[in-house]
Amino acid sequence: MLYFIEQCLNGIQLGMLLFMLAAGLTLIFGIMDLVNLAHGSLYMLGAYFAATFAQWTDSFVFGAILALATTAIVGMALEVVAIRRLYGRSHLDHVLGTFGLLLFFNELVRLIWGPAGLTLSLPSEMLNAVQILPGLFYPLYRLVIIAVTLVVALLLYFIIMRTRLGMLIRAGASNREMVGALGINIKLLYTLVFGLGAALAGLAGLMQAPILTVQIGMGENILIAAFVVVTIGGIGSIRGAFVASLLVGLADTIGRTFAPDLLHAFLSESASSSLGRALSSMMIYVVMALVLIVRPEGLFPATSK
Amino acid sequence: MNPLPKGGPAKPWYAGSVRPRVAIYVGLLLLLFLIPVYAAATGDAFALTLFTRVVILAMAALSLNLIMGFGGMVSFGHAAYLGIGGYAVGILAKEGIGSGFVQWPVAVAASAFYALVVGALSLRTRGVYFIMITLAFAQMIYYVAIGLDRYGGDDGLTIYHRSQFGNLVNLSNKTLFYYLCLVLLLASIYLVWRIVNSRFGMVIQGARSNERRMSAIGFPTFRYRLVCFVIAGAMCGLAGALLANHTNFISPATMHWTRSGDLIVMAVLGGMQAMFGPLIGALTYLLLEEGLSRVTEFPNLILGPVLLLVAISFRGGIDDLIGGVRRG
Repeated sequence: MLYFIEQCLNGIQLGMLLFMLAAGLTLIFGIMDLVNLAHGSLYMLGAYFAATFAQWTDSFVFGAILALATTAIVGMALEVVAIRRLYGRSHLDHVLGTFGLLLFFNELVRLIWGPAGLTLSLPSEMLNAVQILPGLFYPLYRLVIIAVTLVVALLLYFIIMRTRLGMLIRAGASNREMVGALGINIKLLYTLVFGLGAALAGLAGLMQAPILTVQIGMGENILIAAFVVVTIGGIGSIRGAFVASLLVGLADTIGRTFAPDLLHAFLSESASSSLGRALSSMMIYVVMALVLIVRPEGLFPATSK
Repeated sequence: MNPLPKGGPAKPWYAGSVRPRVAIYVGLLLLLFLIPVYAAATGDAFALTLFTRVVILAMAALSLNLIMGFGGMVSFGHAAYLGIGGYAVGILAKEGIGSGFVQWPVAVAASAFYALVVGALSLRTRGVYFIMITLAFAQMIYYVAIGLDRYGGDDGLTIYHRSQFGNLVNLSNKTLFYYLCLVLLLASIYLVWRIVNSRFGMVIQGARSNERRMSAIGFPTFRYRLVCFVIAGAMCGLAGALLANHTNFISPATMHWTRSGDLIVMAVLGGMQAMFGPLIGALTYLLLEEGLSRVTEFPNLILGPVLLLVAISFRGGIDDLIGGVRRG
């Protein structure tokens, strides 16, 4: 039972990280109607910046803050230079253009940081495990991730639902021509939204960095997982993205942990471990296919376009 | 030259004529037929290998273009068929069935069956959801391949003998294999051309521009689209069988989602409304990749922005630059 709770916490942690990516993707999709395959590159850049800046400043926290700001700036610059020209084009053009950006960023990282990965080490006090239930120790850093992402999620909700900027974002999502006609600087708004999405992706990348190695292409698989989340949640819906990221995070983690054991009841050891591995990696796609078969527009379809 | 409508935009000299395009495509086909001659004359065996790859991937991009360019179904999981076709050859070869008369039909049938299942489930969705669900299915197949421990798992499977066709044709002969691929590609282009210009193809294209109207006038668009999806899958499965024979190797990496992205790039780059578009696209993309990696250590630093520029600047792909009239 304790093991199960621990795995659930792992699932929630993965889900919350996915939410950071998915929130940006779904915002950018909902407002600018843009499919952004380069979102995973911003995640990767966030991790690389954090590893570099943490080394320069000798502090994890300063490194993280600097990396966050830099990723947001890179994101906004990217929007002004390239992404802006893709608005209003077909989704296929978006796929082509942002696929090109993905290739570009992978290569750029190889040019700047070299082909070998980097590591980002945590401050020593983060390495401890805390006792959250009698007999259940859990790594402090993973709890910090859950806490930070929850705070960011609440902040995001506050910005979008309770501020003037959020009101403009929501208005832009439902009718962008009208918002522009009312004298709002829609170009600036789009740049800000893209920067916000980039910062969220960078945050996810830099928080994941100490757990995994920082390497080229690290954004590619998680990008697909984030797309799964966005699709399950209903494209353009932040609330849907939140529910779907927890669903996907839990499905993935629990599938990975328990599928081999479950299969072992019917199959031999080696067969169940290899089949279990395959099944558990497929789990989130199965969930997505099932959701789309039953609800072709996701769980929370964004209302009227 | 036809008289221009008054006040219309100035058209280039070749407007209204298809001749420059026909000349360019005929020249291109001649060049493709002469590649083995060039390779033999100069001893540049790599040219033959590279162009075999171009021809095979052009076939895959062509099949994608049938559903994407003409049918409006943007599949982001097309590399899965390359993998299924390849694994059909690889697995049968490993189990001692070396005959191409068995391997290739199995590759085509398995891909068609997969396309039937995926299509039946995915075609209920539209737009970005369709892009994402086809991607999801391709990811499932990708992880299935990783889980195939008996057939190499993550590391892939070496194919020690190319498909055997008795005395008919020996695929180990690289020149012969190249010509076989080229003939199959041309046959596929002819097939796609016939499909697109048939009544069936008209329904498919009608459903692309306005599906609701097509079903309102009585066409069961879902069935038409599904059949089109299965044809494309089967064609790409054959390309997968060729690719596995070409590289003597098959691994899950063939089905990675970025490979599906490559196929989309090829189809869009060449021009989606053009019959020879996928061939031009595959040729341009692979030669550009190869050429850049010879002059710089960081080819994608240039290739990436080129793709972005193509996405921003030319909507009709390279075929549009060649000029001449375009149908539709």
